[in-house]
Amino acid sequence: MTLKISDISVGMDLPALDLTFTRADLVAYALASGDLNPIHQDEAFAKSVGLPDVIAHGMLTMGRAIQVVTNWVGDPTAVIDYSVRMTRPVVVPDTAEGSVVSFTGKVAQINDDGTVQVELGAVFGDLKVLGLAKATVRLAQ
Amino acid sequence: MGMNRDMIGHVYPPSQPYLVTAEKISAFVKALGDTNPAYADGTVAPPTFSIVVTMNAMDTAFHDPELQLDYSRLVHSDQKFEYIRPIRVGDELTVSASVEEIKPLGTNEIATFKTDVFSGDELVVTGWSKIVVRGPEA
Repeated sequence: MTLKISDISVGMDLPALDLTFTRADLVAYALASGDLNPIHQDEAFAKSVGLPDVIAHGMLTMGRAIQVVTNWVGDPTAVIDYSVRMTRPVVVPDTAEGSVVSFTGKVAQINDDGTVQVELGAVFGDLKVLGLAKATVRLAQ
Repeated sequence: MGMNRDMIGHVYPPSQPYLVTAEKISAFVKALGDTNPAYADGTVAPPTFSIVVTMNAMDTAFHDPELQLDYSRLVHSDQKFEYIRPIRVGDELTVSASVEEIKPLGTNEIATFKTDVFSGDELVVTGWSKIVVRGPEA
């Protein structure tokens, strides 16, 4: 099933997504992305630079937030731009439960050229971890 | 203090080619925990995949002595991508990184790096990374 522009309206909520961040996820993302900064791995190091604990890569949070859009659209190549501000880190304790971030999305604007702007939210506890997060997608007519 | 304003507009030489393989795409998708079936065969990369090459290219700039950037105080604050087409398996990616802006923000400095990602001669995605270099503690 392909999402069409006629299926949507401004203000519509996209299906939300709760995703868990564990230490194992951070190791996998470090290896896949090449970002081996110890603040994402080493608790003692993270604390030595003033962080409460190991934190997730901001780009991992960004890469997960867009899944609200790509799951909704189906085709990830429909995304034509995507931007975020990393406002706060996702702190990841060394527990099996890890940390859960709630990702949301809302249709903000339907442009004249048929593209659609979505505003995204990412909340950890009661704190926003992403700000100014938005993506534009091109949907089938 | 701070970063060298003469570097605004400076364009770094293209990065070494990076071959996109199905294994690299699959590892990235798996690390994101993305279960979208569109990635199942590893032929198309997720929207944030290009950070793998752009971050590496910017790392060269961050450590350029001419730029006078204190890497130990750097925080990645904003990221934007504009896609011309998706990155696909078999692409040989090179990055042209440039310094777009350096300005003060209170006691901190912010800088924006523009990264054009090419496959061969074809521009596939442009990224903008804004970083904050924290100033001395008050």
